[in-house]
Amino acid sequence: MDIFLQQVANGLTLGSIYALVALGYTLVYGILGMINFAHGEVVMVGALTALAATKFLLSAAFPAPVVFVLAFIFAAVVCMLLGVLIERIAYRPLRNAPRLAPLITAIGVSIILQQLAMMLWGRSYHAVPPLLPETTHQLLGAQITTVQIVIVGVAALTMASLLILVNRTRLGRAMRATAENPGVAALMGVDANRIIALTFLIGSALAALAGVLVSANYGIAHYNMGFMLGLKAFTAAVLGGIGNLAGAVVGGLLLGVIEALGAGYIGDLTGGVLGSQYQDVFAFFVLIGVLVLRPAGLLGEKVAERA
Amino acid sequence: MVCLIGANGAGKTSTLKALARMIPAAGEIRYAGRRIDGLPCHALIGQGLALAPEGRGVFARLSVAENLAMGAYHRAGHDERAAVAEDEARIYGLFPRLAERRRQLAGTLSGGEQQMLAIGRALMGRPRLLLLDEPSMGLAPLMVQAVFDVIRRVAQSGVTILLVEQNARLALAVCNRGYVMESGTITLAGSAADLLADPRVRAAYLGE
Repeated sequence: MDIFLQQVANGLTLGSIYALVALGYTLVYGILGMINFAHGEVVMVGALTALAATKFLLSAAFPAPVVFVLAFIFAAVVCMLLGVLIERIAYRPLRNAPRLAPLITAIGVSIILQQLAMMLWGRSYHAVPPLLPETTHQLLGAQITTVQIVIVGVAALTMASLLILVNRTRLGRAMRATAENPGVAALMGVDANRIIALTFLIGSALAALAGVLVSANYGIAHYNMGFMLGLKAFTAAVLGGIGNLAGAVVGGLLLGVIEALGAGYIGDLTGGVLGSQYQDVFAFFVLIGVLVLRPAGLLGEKVAERA
Repeated sequence: MVCLIGANGAGKTSTLKALARMIPAAGEIRYAGRRIDGLPCHALIGQGLALAPEGRGVFARLSVAENLAMGAYHRAGHDERAAVAEDEARIYGLFPRLAERRRQLAGTLSGGEQQMLAIGRALMGRPRLLLLDEPSMGLAPLMVQAVFDVIRRVAQSGVTILLVEQNARLALAVCNRGYVMESGTITLAGSAADLLADPRVRAAYLGE
């Protein structure tokens, strides 16, 4: 029983991070109808720039919590600039191109970012200095670290704010209107390019946060870390129903828990033949399952309703 | 209140879209003495031009109230807040059906209600010139009458209206002046009464 609870706790931690990244995919999909496959690399850039800032600030003898916050702010600014730049250079010229074109460009951007990061930071794994207290708490027989509590708490607060922004504010209303009909929204005075740039700005800030949190969780960062995380988060977005914000949150949390439980029990289930290194398999089982059984996702609308 | 009538495919909607900068157009477009052909579409509402597009174009997944709020999107200042609320109340007065359904998603409204919402939304921008594209399209006769009653009242309140209609009889009955368009060019122009009496109009558009 305590293994179960332990894995659920671990899964919710991981799932919070998936959810933050999945929101970035789903925000952009909602407005542009394209999958921004470079989004995972923005997470990686967030993690590595935050690490660089952390090292610098620690050497200047700032207290750890201050370093954590400042490093995140630095990473967020870098990622937001990067996100807007990607949209401006790689996607905007292809706004009216066939759907495959921006998809291929996105993969290209992803490769470029990975290679640039490899040139800047090298191929090695970087240890991320622990900035949060390394205490553990007992909860219903599960061991929960302070890092996990911070991850889940910060992610929950951020996601709640995002939902309020999109559903309750003038800007969010303009985003939803543009997503539905950019031509008519323009008649109301909405500058679609500004809304799209803002969408990338928000998505990239979430990616930076996810990057900081995931490297705090595992204590490592490297140039290739965005690839798998990006694919998993994309799976989470599809699981929840791509284009649907609440769906991204649900999909992320669910995928995290499925993965953690799968990793926790795969050894028992296969009589020790497969170990927890097969953890990644579960996300893609889920992806295939969703695409076959419920392509619109858990909270997604039928595609016909969108047309 | 001016109308532009003509057969299907004559170029009426394209004319409106070009005016609203939704599609590119050659030449000059002037409004109130200023050239607007260089402006992007989203800047026009600031010049006092609003379009209720063909097929209504309501935001189906936004509520009625949110659709109206979108109409006042460019009126963002704090000092505008009271005036926007006042306009919203005025629109609900004009269209009591919308007031009953203000929390409902616009996609769940009937065609006539959506047309009312499209006009109400355009009015929320406080336009001086309102472009209406085929407001009668696809509506039941009773609904057409209700919508045109409101259009007439809006015109009386001092908003200039350019109405594009296939239903020439209806359009000429509410307008002061009219233009007839054929294959992209204006072939006839005059007061609505003269056009109604014109044998060419009667033969081609009034079915006589």
